[in-house]
Amino acid sequence: MRQVIKGNHAVSHGVRLSRVKVISAYPITPQTTIVEQLSEMCASGELEAKFIKVESEHSAMAAVVGSASAGVRSFTATSSHGLLLMHEVLHWTAGARLPIVLANVNRAVGPGWNIWADQTDSLSQRDTGWIQFYCESNQEVLDSVIMGYRLAEKVMLPVMLSYDAFFLSHTSEIVDVPDIEQVDEFLPPYEPEFRLDVNKPRMFGGMVGPDCYYEERYVMFRDALKVLDIYPQVCEQFHAVFGREYDVVEEYRTEEAEIILVTAGTITSVSRIAVDRARGEGKKVGLMKLRLFRPLPIERWQKVLGNAAKVVVIDRDLCAGLGGVFASEIRSALYPLTNRSVLFSFIAGLGGRDVTPEDVEGMINYAAANEEPETMPLFWGLKGDQGGNHAETL
Amino acid sequence: MQKLFDIPRDLMTEEELMQPGGLSCQGCGATLAMKLALKGLGERTVVVIPACCWTIIIGTYPHCTLQVPVIHVPFETAAVAASGIRAAFDVRGEKDVVVMAWAGDGGTFDIGLQALSGAAERNEDILYVCYDNEAYMNTGIQRSSATPPGAWTTTTPPGAIKEEPKKDIVKIMLAHGTPYVATASVAYPDDLVAKFRKVRRIKGTKFIHLLSPCPPGWRIDSSQSVKVARMATQANVFPIYEIENGGYTVNVVPEKKLPVKDYMEAQGRFRMISKEMLNAVQDRVDRRWEQLLENSAAP
Repeated sequence: MRQVIKGNHAVSHGVRLSRVKVISAYPITPQTTIVEQLSEMCASGELEAKFIKVESEHSAMAAVVGSASAGVRSFTATSSHGLLLMHEVLHWTAGARLPIVLANVNRAVGPGWNIWADQTDSLSQRDTGWIQFYCESNQEVLDSVIMGYRLAEKVMLPVMLSYDAFFLSHTSEIVDVPDIEQVDEFLPPYEPEFRLDVNKPRMFGGMVGPDCYYEERYVMFRDALKVLDIYPQVCEQFHAVFGREYDVVEEYRTEEAEIILVTAGTITSVSRIAVDRARGEGKKVGLMKLRLFRPLPIERWQKVLGNAAKVVVIDRDLCAGLGGVFASEIRSALYPLTNRSVLFSFIAGLGGRDVTPEDVEGMINYAAANEEPETMPLFWGLKGDQGGNHAETL
Repeated sequence: MQKLFDIPRDLMTEEELMQPGGLSCQGCGATLAMKLALKGLGERTVVVIPACCWTIIIGTYPHCTLQVPVIHVPFETAAVAASGIRAAFDVRGEKDVVVMAWAGDGGTFDIGLQALSGAAERNEDILYVCYDNEAYMNTGIQRSSATPPGAWTTTTPPGAIKEEPKKDIVKIMLAHGTPYVATASVAYPDDLVAKFRKVRRIKGTKFIHLLSPCPPGWRIDSSQSVKVARMATQANVFPIYEIENGGYTVNVVPEKKLPVKDYMEAQGRFRMISKEMLNAVQDRVDRRWEQLLENSAAP
């Protein structure tokens, strides 16, 4: 049924439709309305789940490690500092091969306190072993929860889906909320091969010495790469039931494109407008939207970007001492190619600053006018001595 | 007031859920404690182990000395991981399974206290056991907030012997309104087993504070563990009692009170305690014992 709902409520419905059995969460802006609605759903019986209202995000993650280890579908949601507090347990969850789904509302990290959109929080968790998706719309958010469980339970790795604070979390859009029977058709009940079971006692997570640990990690790495094969099957099954498709990347007007923008999250929607305008002016500009970020779909990135003369990566994140995380990873992915595209790295919109189609057009024009990029990223819209918007680099 | 000989003698089942092959030090109190605890609990038990001595004692992959399901979890998460497991077992309809968090004093008094407080406040239907060897023994005898005053550890070396009193974990748990809080000791196995059997039928959070002597950390011979643990109770340093829904029962009343000095002199770790500090400890022990007797006499 089509409804007008906010991104956070898209998550709650995704959780309800996935028949999650245990939820644990701790409130943090702007995640709160997810867990408020889930609390109501649990209280009314609309969702038959236990909601463990813990005293911290660290505990939220650890609670679902417990419940998932006992073999029930489990969920948590957080944002920013909450995600960072979970860090230790994020590693633990992936290492324990628990198919938990976590919704993260991308929010800036303090100090100073800032509750607005910024992807540094989840990108700084990229080495934890979680599968990562970035979403552009509320529909994609809801669908990613359901798809997330299907994928996670197939590869036995956790899934983190991220979407921008306020631009999606608190913005209403039309969302097709599917019937639960339809979801049941796509997502079978979760019954893992191994779980805490008094009838079949086993030990989980114990000491492993140097003779086994290495192989354990290798297997995890290998299984993470399997996502690249399994995810397309999940997509196909999802499409067959719901009629919607979500590829690992989405190409937008990339045919014969000389400049391709690379974006994740809601900057994608803004960039579509900029691409349309550029195309209208006869410029050969396209867009690649990042959706799956872990594991890295390197071959797809190479295929989409390999023929473009210039690649423009927009990062709403910042790693001091490196620059944009997406730009860094795209650069690595393109490195093996003999005819490498020239890569322009832009930082924009940190801490929720608005990025407009005009900003993106400016970045396109900058890339068109320059043959060689700067070594360091360009900080778009940085307030300088003269004030106003201009690109600045170090 | 219940006496030791009043406790039924049929508690020591022959069935062993802990098998040989563990990696503990000789004379390890925590190992004896687990063996006895599982006799009380039986096989429908899940054991949750955060980082602690038992991470090692249980055996390294692929070995496990326990014949019940076990999960290892990060250091500070025993109580909350147990809460998650409880929720899952409830959802699965296996409400009779006891979920036992089994943590050391570091994982309970220090790093795990926040999660424990959260679980106790929610009155999670779990059993939380702190086997207290009074320092971070697994990492090499470092001070914890459970280390008693006057004790040497590797981080309270000569010249910086611990002065602060041990945190009162029982009172902390009682302040949460926890339905069942008890102490137990490997020196009183009948009492210990009886308590672990009893908690199976109590709903809500159960907390057992278990004194667990550590020969290398306490600087005692491995043959002396049980004896020193018994001295702790006889000297009223570690009284054996339980508080069920607010009602106190002292389970072991020493027939002849032992001076704290004797308990301390039986161990190498207290060798550097000053006379003033010893007197202060004796005073505190006496006061607390009086208070405990008062509490247990209250209607």
